[in-house]
Formats: sequence, C-alpha cells, structure tokens
Amino acid sequence: MATKKFMFVNRKAPYGSVYALEALEVVLISAAFEQDVSLAFIDDGVYQITKGQNTDAIGQKNFSNTFKALGDYEINKLYVEKESLEERGLTQDDLMDLVWEDEDDDWAEKPSIIMVNRSEMADVMAEQEVTLSF
Amino acid sequence: MKFTIMINEGPYQHQSSDSALQFARAVLAQGHEIFRVFFYHDGVNNGSRLSVPPADDRLLQKEWSELSKEHDLDLVLCIAAAQRRGIMDASEAERQGLDANNIIEGFHISGLGQLIEGGIQSDRTIVFGD
Repeated sequence: MATKKFMFVNRKAPYGSVYALEALEVVLISAAFEQDVSLAFIDDGVYQITKGQNTDAIGQKNFSNTFKALGDYEINKLYVEKESLEERGLTQDDLMDLVWEDEDDDWAEKPSIIMVNRSEMADVMAEQEVTLSF
Repeated sequence: MKFTIMINEGPYQHQSSDSALQFARAVLAQGHEIFRVFFYHDGVNNGSRLSVPPADDRLLQKEWSELSKEHDLDLVLCIAAAQRRGIMDASEAERQGLDANNIIEGFHISGLGQLIEGGIQSDRTIVFGD
C-alpha cells in the first residue's frame, strides 16, 4: 500500500470532551498502516501532552501515558505550536518528555517534540497529503 | 477525483452532517467518486434508524441512507465509537448480548483502519466536524 504523509491535528483539551482520546485511537491505528505520520498540537490541544495529568477527581481514564508509547510505533514527529503554549502561560518545560529510539543511530534516544511557530506550522501542514483534525 | 469524507458530529446538534451531505451530493453531481464516508465521534449517530424529528424537519439519517442506495456509497460507522454510543447492527448486538439494534439500511460498522485506508486510497480526504 502507498505511503502518504498523514497529519493528525489536535486542537482540544484532553478532558472535557472525547475528541482527544478518540483522536489518539486513530493515531494508534494509523501506525499499523506504515504511513508517514505527524501530529500537530495547537490551541487547547497543547494540554494533551502536559506533564503531571491527574484525572482522579473527574473519574475518567488518564490516557496521557499513551503519548509516551508513540515513539515505539515510529510516530516521532509531534509538532507543537509555540504561540499556543505562550497564550496559555505554558513553556516546553510543562510538556512531557516524549522521545523515540533511532535504530539507525545505535538506538539513541531522540526528542519527538518539535517546537514550531505559527507560520512554520502552516508550512508543515501544507506539506501533508491527508490531514485529519480533531 | 476520489474522495473520502469523515463526519465527526451527530445530526441536528451540529451542522457537520448537513454540510457533508451537501458536499457529497455536489461531489457526485460533478462526476467525482466517493470512495468512503466514515463516521466517527458522535458522527456515528447519523447511522441510527430510530430518529424521529418533527414532520417539517429533515431526516438526516434517511437522507444518507437514500444517497447510499442511489450511488452505492460505502457508509462506515466506527465500531469503537458506535459501541460507546449504543449504535448497533444485528450481529454486534447479538455478540454483546443486547436486546436491540438500531442501525439504518445503507450503513455498516467497521474499524478505524477503514478511515486510514480511505485516506491512502483517495485523492482528497475532507473532515466535517467541530
């Protein structure tokens, strides 16, 4: 099957609606199709990959650890929009340390998060062949 | 050109299904092909046959069903999303030990792989959602 550039655009907070959780289910399935997958985190979507999430008080599943597994599925291009972080008083230090192991470089651990500004994000989106937004 | 259409919102609550329906008709009218229509999130509610809107309102589920019959469209409800929201076909209801099913003719239930395959096989993938 052909390989295409897929981008999953995450725009919503992880809790409060089911979009983020169900979007992640699509991302995981896409891994089985060996496509060139990227994720974008913009607007409230940046909250999906913040550190220290705790859902005890709302009685919902905390699925943030699933993002840490994405590197094992060769999903290692997570574009995060700087302006979206700044508008929410966040910095990259507030995000989880998401990494992948590069088998072509003696399994060296490399960061999956790529910080981009708004216009760079537009450029990355313009390169995609299939863009699904959540 | 070959299209896959994704619908992420339920009927009536949101315009996404109406817009997608009009888009689908326009695509077909211009001689293009619809490879698949994939319903996700609350969009799976577009596949229920138990909606009863007021008489002067449109019945979206039936419009999709009829469009499917007319053009042999592949209308797919995501199984995981459908199970969460109580949208069942006969075999799935039986497998889950439930006493009813509610899927309308023309739709079928399948996995998320159908969406990814749609993206790969189609020239354009269009998302209708919030």
